[in-house]
Amino acid sequence: MSTLSPSSVRVTPEKSSAQVVRRRGKSRMDPTRNNTAAGIAAWLLALLFATPVLWMILTSFHSETDAATNPPSVAANLTLDAYKEFFGETSGVSPWPSLINSATASILSTVLVLVLAIPAAYALSIRPVKKWTDVMFFFLSTKMMPVVAAILPLYLFAKTVGALDNIWFLILIYTSMNLPIAVWMMRSFLAEVPVEMLEAAQIDGANLLLTLRKVIAPVAMPGIAATALICFIFSWNELLLARVLTGVVAGTAPVFLTGFVSSQGLFLAKVCAAAVVISLPVLFAGFAAQDKLVQGLSLGAVK
Amino acid sequence: MTTATARISRPGHATAKPSRNKASRERALAWARRGPLLPALIFLIIVTQLPFVVTLIISFLNWNSLSPGTTGFAGFENYVTVLTDPDLRQAIFTTILLTVAVVLASLVIGLGLALLLDKKFIGRGLARTLLIAPFLVVPVAAALIWKHALLNPTYGLINGVLTWVWSLFGSGNAPQLDLLSQAPLMAVIVSLVWQWTPFMMLILLAGLQSRPMDTVEAAQMDGATPWAIFRHLTLPHLRQYLELGGLLGAIYIVQNFDAVFTLTSGGLGTANLPYAIYQTFYYANEYGLASAAGVVVVIGTILVATFALRTVFSLFKKEAAR
Repeated sequence: MSTLSPSSVRVTPEKSSAQVVRRRGKSRMDPTRNNTAAGIAAWLLALLFATPVLWMILTSFHSETDAATNPPSVAANLTLDAYKEFFGETSGVSPWPSLINSATASILSTVLVLVLAIPAAYALSIRPVKKWTDVMFFFLSTKMMPVVAAILPLYLFAKTVGALDNIWFLILIYTSMNLPIAVWMMRSFLAEVPVEMLEAAQIDGANLLLTLRKVIAPVAMPGIAATALICFIFSWNELLLARVLTGVVAGTAPVFLTGFVSSQGLFLAKVCAAAVVISLPVLFAGFAAQDKLVQGLSLGAVK
Repeated sequence: MTTATARISRPGHATAKPSRNKASRERALAWARRGPLLPALIFLIIVTQLPFVVTLIISFLNWNSLSPGTTGFAGFENYVTVLTDPDLRQAIFTTILLTVAVVLASLVIGLGLALLLDKKFIGRGLARTLLIAPFLVVPVAAALIWKHALLNPTYGLINGVLTWVWSLFGSGNAPQLDLLSQAPLMAVIVSLVWQWTPFMMLILLAGLQSRPMDTVEAAQMDGATPWAIFRHLTLPHLRQYLELGGLLGAIYIVQNFDAVFTLTSGGLGTANLPYAIYQTFYYANEYGLASAAGVVVVIGTILVATFALRTVFSLFKKEAAR
């Protein structure tokens, strides 16, 4: 079948249009039949992939005794006990400080990322500097350096200047962690602003601020929002840096979760409740950015 | 100041002066263009490049913070230890195995799912949303769920379902899995494949949907079998998307810490390099050794990254031509 190149499969003009219509009609029928099978297969696989998530949610509403049975008690009574437990009703250990730390670190680092990345992306797309592609690849190469290759100096620096267990230090590190991705994403979104619109604005004598507000922002806004959401997710999820650089004061939610790694006894419903609570912001942010998720995650390479 | 003089000078004033003014004005313009870029660039160099230079220096030192008297120049001693110490060599091997297994498995499953989602069927949007969900669970939380709620040998869901299915056929002794202690690396791989398949699926689905449909329709009209269309039209088109997904995935999975830390705490041969480095400097306080291992990871990543950059570049070139 090596002859199947685009030029060889083109419809030859001498074919009658009736023939083409008939064959089209047939080829449209086949996919419909396939689609039912594909639909069923896709749904089964989708449910299989979603099972751990759905099971996590269901278990979080079960009592501890119902959560730890074999075979599983799917239809057990629903209760909010696990959530009350997680929020420290009996133990008195509240997850709120860690959740607030996570929110602070994620939101503020995302704001910082945007403040630095938007002008940089502007200088890489709308009014590009010379050799702007080289600059882009420098940004990308910093992202390829594993965290473990820089974590010890960061730890030693923080220890020396007394920035250990300080949320601001973590915010700066998260900013640097997300900045290269944000520049790449943002550049791809800013590059979507039509050149003609920019030229028209220039001819009309619009100044920079007006151009930014009236021409660039409306086109790039959904992309900027998606970039912000993806940066938020990456910061919220981060564990290694938070574990090394923070402690009791600035510990984030993932660090709090590691307290469950080697727990014993009846705590399954509580773990599930904790996982649900901590994943909720990411699930919301991810579904909000769903349309632009691919473009963002592929650094703008895929539309 | 230079721009001001340039503005005042009139054509035909002096021959040499305007050209010099023009040059300096161009320079000022170039800097005005660079200006917005500089804060991001400088910030990134300070926070990421400087620490790596320090890591590079420490990697040549004999430095254990618990025995401060012995600190000194070590030459390549740390690197020799990284490559000869059985634990660290095991960590290098585990890292490669983990990355390759997870990337390949999630690419293959992701491709299958993308091909299914590319067809129209009832509730496609909801199925897509359900398939993305694993990627949107906080990694530590996902690893905890796998460890306690799914893989736990006594009351995890997997063994629970096995017991339930066997009991349907009246059997009281269902086979029970204990992946966490019998095949711990497999447990880590399975949980990571579950999390990363949606990522691959999304990239490949975008690739499928950017496929020029007229050639596919023409091939269908000429009676090409679905397999021939997949093999000769779809797969070549998807190649760069497969590469992009694989390489971006590899860059993230090489660095994985959360799953190893949570599921197995690096026990039973599951410690990958990031986990081993964390242990070496955080608990063993072997700063020199940890840094050398870090540099080894960077060298490994550069090898992968060279290919990654080439792929990203080929996609990027088309757009840069704008």
